[in-house]
Formats: sequence, C-alpha cells, structure tokens
Amino acid sequence: MAGEEEEERNLIEILEENIPIDITKYINYVQSPHCGAISTFAGTTRDTFEGKTVLELRYEAYVPMAIRCIKSICTSARSSWNLSSIAVAHRLGPVPVGEISVFIATSSVHREDSLDACKFMIDEVKASVPIWKKEVYSNGEVWKENSEFLERKDELVVPSHGRKCCGKKVMVIE
Amino acid sequence: MDSEKEERISIKIKVLFFARARDLTGMTDMSLEVSPGTTALGCLDKVITKFPGLEEIRNCMVLALNEEYTPESTVVKDRDELALIPPISGG
Repeated sequence: MAGEEEEERNLIEILEENIPIDITKYINYVQSPHCGAISTFAGTTRDTFEGKTVLELRYEAYVPMAIRCIKSICTSARSSWNLSSIAVAHRLGPVPVGEISVFIATSSVHREDSLDACKFMIDEVKASVPIWKKEVYSNGEVWKENSEFLERKDELVVPSHGRKCCGKKVMVIE
Repeated sequence: MDSEKEERISIKIKVLFFARARDLTGMTDMSLEVSPGTTALGCLDKVITKFPGLEEIRNCMVLALNEEYTPESTVVKDRDELALIPPISGG
C-alpha cells in the first residue's frame, strides 16, 4: 500500500501483511542509464537472539508517519549525496526467519554516493521511523528496541531541528 | 484565549497506541477530552492516569503530534492526533 512517487524519484512502500519484498522491483526502479552504481541493503530476520530460537518477527507501523519520516530521510540523503533514485520498502505483519523485512536501493553516477547514502538511509530508518517489531520465540515474545532510537530520541522531538525525521518542513526546496 | 467562557469548552483529541503501548492499554486508539491550552504532556498525564501500566514505558517513549515528533510542551488543538511512540524497532 501507500506507494509514493515524487519528482525526485523516491519510491516508498510500507507493505501490508504477507506481501514479500520484491527486490527486483526496487532495483529496477532505481536503475538508470546515466547511473554507474546501484547500492542496496536488505535486512533479514535472524533465527536466534541471545541464544533463543526466533520463530518469526511481527512488524507494525504508524504508516502515514512512517512514510513522512522516510520521505524526510530521502530529502536528507539527497542533501548530502548526489543521488538519482531512492527506493525504500518495509514489510508489516509476520516475517518468517530468513526473509527480508526492509530493503533499500539507491542509485548514483558514481558508487561512493549510492554506497554511503544507502548506509545512511538504513541507519536513519532504524533511528527514527515509527515501525515496531515483536520477536516471537518458542516460549514467549518481546518488543524490540533499536539502540539508534534510544540514543537519539531526545533530539527527535526538538522542533525544527535541521534534518531530523519529520521535523518542520522548512528544508523543502521547491 | 478569548476572555469569554473558553475554559469551559473542552477540546477533543485522538490518542494512538502502538506496539507495547497498545499491549498495555489494550486498545489501538482512544478519544480524549482536555481543556484548551493543555500540552502534549498534559494529555499524556491524563492518559497515564487512565492506564497506569503505561508508566512502564514513560521514560523511553516519545510523542508525535499529527504525524510529527513533538516536544511535550506543544499545546494541542481540537482534533489533533497524538501518538505514543514506544521505542521503535524497524529494520
């Protein structure tokens, strides 16, 4: 759901339950004849956490805010690197072990931009986008907490703070 | 605020609960009536009074107002959407 395409060629999708991430779609989206590089990151669900067997992860999101936050991260990335296209997809609902829960693809003329921007994008997604996962074990379940969020949560709420996710949209360039 | 009887008029906001906050309250959202001039923190206090279990995550969560992270000092308006954002864990 909630596909989003802008003049800047950003594709942001928060996928409803039981829709696997079709990475080819996003790679094709960012591909361009004038680009010499496509960089991607895929986050996959691990089968163990601190020795416990993980059966699956269950994701949920505050979808409209998550999309706004990811848009804002795209804007930030473009202000730091010379990027052609950006695609971000995140699954919701149960994601079985081994499957992709988040996928990011960036393209640029030269590889440094897409590589660095791709790392920036996933770090920012983990720090500021309102998406949650519950880890389900054979004997219980727990809501996970990203350390990136806990370290940064106080600056997230500072009004009109530069490029922070979902800050006031003062940086938008027409 | 107008000098008329504005204080008597309450405003209504929607409060959203996600993840651990939803587990603790047992609901995804609720309607909350507060007096004009109430801050996001004031709203949160009211919600916690209703659901004391939320104390558990109070110090690690943040608030969002109308889909943007907000300081607790922001004054809410009628029909605002206030979301409790427990520690996120996307990715």
